[in-house]
Amino acid sequence: MRRVYLDHSATTAVRPEVLEAMLPFLKEEAFGNPSSIYSYGREARKAVTEAREKVAKLIGAKPEEIYYTSGGTEADNLALMGVAAAYQERGRHIITSAIEHHAVLDTAQYLGRHGFKVTFVPVTPAGLVQVEDVKRAITDETILISIMHVNNEVGTIQPIREIGQLARERGIIFHTDAVQSVGKLPINVEELNVDLLTASSHKIYGPKGSGCLYVRKGIRIKPLFYGGAQERKRRPGTENVPAIVGFGRAAELAGQEMDSEMERLRRLRDKLIDGVLSRVEDVRLNGDRQQRVATNVNFGFSYIEGESLLLSLDMKGICASSGSACTSGSLDPSHVLLAMGIPHEEAHGSVRMTLGRDNTEADIDYVLEVLPEIVERLRAMSPLNKDNEGEAK
Amino acid sequence: MSKMNNMYSEKVMEHFTCPHNVGEIKEADGIGEVGSPVCGDITRVYIQVEDNIIKDIKFKTFGCSAAIASSSMLTEMAKGKTLEEALKITDADVAAALDGLPPQKMHCSNLAASALHKAIEDYQNKNNIAS
Ligand SMILES: Cc1ncc(COP(=O)(O)O)c(C=O)c1O
Ligand code: FES
Repeated sequence: MRRVYLDHSATTAVRPEVLEAMLPFLKEEAFGNPSSIYSYGREARKAVTEAREKVAKLIGAKPEEIYYTSGGTEADNLALMGVAAAYQERGRHIITSAIEHHAVLDTAQYLGRHGFKVTFVPVTPAGLVQVEDVKRAITDETILISIMHVNNEVGTIQPIREIGQLARERGIIFHTDAVQSVGKLPINVEELNVDLLTASSHKIYGPKGSGCLYVRKGIRIKPLFYGGAQERKRRPGTENVPAIVGFGRAAELAGQEMDSEMERLRRLRDKLIDGVLSRVEDVRLNGDRQQRVATNVNFGFSYIEGESLLLSLDMKGICASSGSACTSGSLDPSHVLLAMGIPHEEAHGSVRMTLGRDNTEADIDYVLEVLPEIVERLRAMSPLNKDNEGEAK
Repeated sequence: MSKMNNMYSEKVMEHFTCPHNVGEIKEADGIGEVGSPVCGDITRVYIQVEDNIIKDIKFKTFGCSAAIASSSMLTEMAKGKTLEEALKITDADVAAALDGLPPQKMHCSNLAASALHKAIEDYQNKNNIAS
């Protein structure tokens, strides 16, 4: 059976070039501890340093502003907890949005239970944070604003530069979770006015469990861990050298290929969106169509439920998701779709398809062939399908 | 490819892929609809009763694959039974007939069983039969 992977926002396969770069650092050739003084250690140190340059280059930062972490979740935690702890004397108010990834949302909620005030700004029905809402939420106590760059469920691009400028004018630290935009949108931390930025390796064809927090020079953060002097004491622990090297190589390739690859994927995305909208009735594109990353499609199908739709797609070899991978085990509809004002049962029938390197035009043709049949089959079973009401079988 | 979904038994997948008794009964003798308080999903069951026996039964479900499979299994189990027998079918019976459901999906079998019980009540109310 044909297999079509359409969940690149959940994770991606490690590229062959990335794997090749990583392997020596797992083996006897170059397994050393970067803190060691002898040759093995120095080689590992050099590789970690080179990777840092590559990651920094992708986001327009200086290498010494990159702090490796175990991924996006840790970097988000380090940003919020680290700033809250370092600046709590100045104020105890944090602003974030209602559609953040749980790595930010849950951390903010934790801080909210421990002496901080947190404001979750709303989004428009199109899934966009409005700069005005952020502005209104600012108080004299505000120490941190954290707004994601691209939303992981609906792919909407947030007005980061404008929010960053606002934060700067008010002397507030600004963090953005850029896990879903790094390698997909051109990023320059100077132009975007961000002080802290989260990136993750496994969304850009690097290994899982690897990522970083960019911390602008001069911004203080308190570490989450205590131990050694690694990462200038902000993230102690022996470096995961192969994962860091993989992240660096993945970042390098993403930067080189971004323009052409995103153009290609944008075309496939538009073909998928237009194809589904014209073939299926009562379907909605969730999230703004213009302010949208090239890789994301999110449809809401009325009258049917997401899990049965996903399972039916899976039986046809199509791997999609109903939102973020971490919440697929939960029964609650996506907090992102609910924040956009989409009714409960409609949010239940939403499916995310996220494109990547391995997708071809033929994949999209296949989805356009299979998906309408599945939707029709499930709708025929649904008590909510108005067309069928009262018709005896 | 049956390993594709480790979450569900073969039986669940069978009933989800080819559900039995999907649809509606025009002028049904009893209709029961239940919405799950857990997830908001909905199942509706239609019955046709003759001589106190469920002659025909159909369902419509807006819900996950476990809910669809449960509805399908339940209609198979209830067909041909007396109303008293049918009322004794529990969600646990449905889940067992499907070779089990994952713990977080047990509530899905409840939708089908409750909708059937409601349909029987509806029939009894319409016909002034005390249950
Ligand atoms: C927006 C966003 N932030 C954070 C994360 C977490 O990153 P990681 O999986 O590297 O911990 C993800 C991944 O799902 C994400 O999409
Ligand atoms: S999750 Fe709602 S019926 Fe299964």
